[in-house]
Amino acid sequence: MLELKNITYFVDDENNQKGILKDVSFTVDERFVAITGPNGGGKSTLAKVIAGIVKPTSGQIIFDGQDITDLNITERANLGISYAFQQPVRFKGLTVKDLIQLAAGEQKNVTDICSVLSEVGLCAKDYINREVNASLSGGELKRIEIAMILARGTKFSVFDEPEAGIDLWSFQNLIKVFERMHEQTNGSLLIISHQERILDIADKIIVVSGGKVTAMGTKDEILPELLSASSAPAACPTLTDKIN
Amino acid sequence: MDQIQKTLLEEIAGLHEVPQGAYNIRVDGQLDSRATTENIDIVTKTDVSGIDIYVKPGTKHESLHIPVLLSKSGLKETVYNDFHIGDDCDVTIIAGCGIHNGGDQASEHSGIHSFFVGKNAKVRYVEKHYGTGEGTGERIMNPTTVVNLGEGSTLEMEMVQIRGVDSTIRTTTGELKANASLTIKESLMTHGKQTAESNFRIEMNGEGSHINLVSRSVARDTSRQVFRSEIVGNTACTGHSECDAIIMDKASVSAIPELTANCLDAELIHEAAIGKIAGEQLMKLMTLGLTEAEAEEQIINGFLK
Repeated sequence: MLELKNITYFVDDENNQKGILKDVSFTVDERFVAITGPNGGGKSTLAKVIAGIVKPTSGQIIFDGQDITDLNITERANLGISYAFQQPVRFKGLTVKDLIQLAAGEQKNVTDICSVLSEVGLCAKDYINREVNASLSGGELKRIEIAMILARGTKFSVFDEPEAGIDLWSFQNLIKVFERMHEQTNGSLLIISHQERILDIADKIIVVSGGKVTAMGTKDEILPELLSASSAPAACPTLTDKIN
Repeated sequence: MDQIQKTLLEEIAGLHEVPQGAYNIRVDGQLDSRATTENIDIVTKTDVSGIDIYVKPGTKHESLHIPVLLSKSGLKETVYNDFHIGDDCDVTIIAGCGIHNGGDQASEHSGIHSFFVGKNAKVRYVEKHYGTGEGTGERIMNPTTVVNLGEGSTLEMEMVQIRGVDSTIRTTTGELKANASLTIKESLMTHGKQTAESNFRIEMNGEGSHINLVSRSVARDTSRQVFRSEIVGNTACTGHSECDAIIMDKASVSAIPELTANCLDAELIHEAAIGKIAGEQLMKLMTLGLTEAEAEEQIINGFLK
């Protein structure tokens, strides 16, 4: 379904070229693929490269056999790629209903919106006419962000740390949402996550660290290694002393 | 009424036909039609152009429409409308002005509205300004609103001007008595070479009075907007004003808020923000399949809603 071929992404950093992504290649054909790895390793940049927000310095992106490397965000969205931001965007004036309808690409009745919102644990009665502005908490925004992806129902969805900012109680429900999506999806889900519970339901796990794919395989192959200390990134002695 | 005038009427008042309840429709400087009710009387002024509106004390759930239409190029008028709202009323007033200028001379309407709101009365006031016409003549509107709120009264004002007015100076002044509450929501959009100036000066003189002034505006092309608000708290009162503007293209917006507290228990707050549409907002909507232009349109519509 999706293939990344030799993706590199360099940015200017005080006259030096800094590599954010260095020759990243992988395919997503499974229904549920998780990307994990240390903070600052390039995971979110990868999600943005797939959605078309970041243009890679070199490399190719193939979606359903089509080269989409030069397509813009809108064109990719219309081909069936959805992207849930790690930090949801606030809009003064636009309501939850407006955003769900824009995501669905059509007018939706209250029952339809209610069913999408209840999936992410929000009661439509309380939220449907709320503005998606600073009056909503981080966790609420996060759930609305996921609801938008559900409303789109596209064949390929990328979620950037969906668990971030969600409280423990809601987290249990969130896992259920992803378990259901795993069962029901006709396409693929690509989820960036640090959560063992999410990695546990993945068909494939990709470890990204220092801008590279450092490991890839089934959870049985990857999880034991990941959970041992050996895969932790190299740190300076002060930090290592603190950790140990 | 011809088709142009009917279109203007629909734009500013959402009316397809004669409204329910009391109304006074003014077309090209003349009275077109009028209806009064048992509780709402409308009387033509004799000294100046305009009307006096009298709403009997205790009138509930009645509405009043007073649209003004200008379709002759070069017409300039100043109109005085005074609203005398009795104690304990609960009424809705729909005002508005539509100018169609098909010629090369400026058309100008200056409406001076004075509100005298009785004790514990509740008034909702909606005012929509709209300009259209293929002529090169300017469409000018300079509304002045003066509010006098009696004890315990409430006035909610929605003022909208989102298309076709070339030049406007909007002035709103007011005085609030004890426990009176004033809410003003202004939505403004300018485009082309338009200019808009919005001035507010509200004095809170009665204990427990409250003002909430929210202005949202969008300035496109090379248009220019100036927002000035002056809120004065002379007693224990609460005041909040907010000016939020989106600038696009080569437009310019100035926000000049002023708060004056003349009493230790006056609580006054002002918020102002001016900026372009956030890139991440555009990006989010584009990931939902909208083009950049469609995303922009949605963000602006929501913002001014």
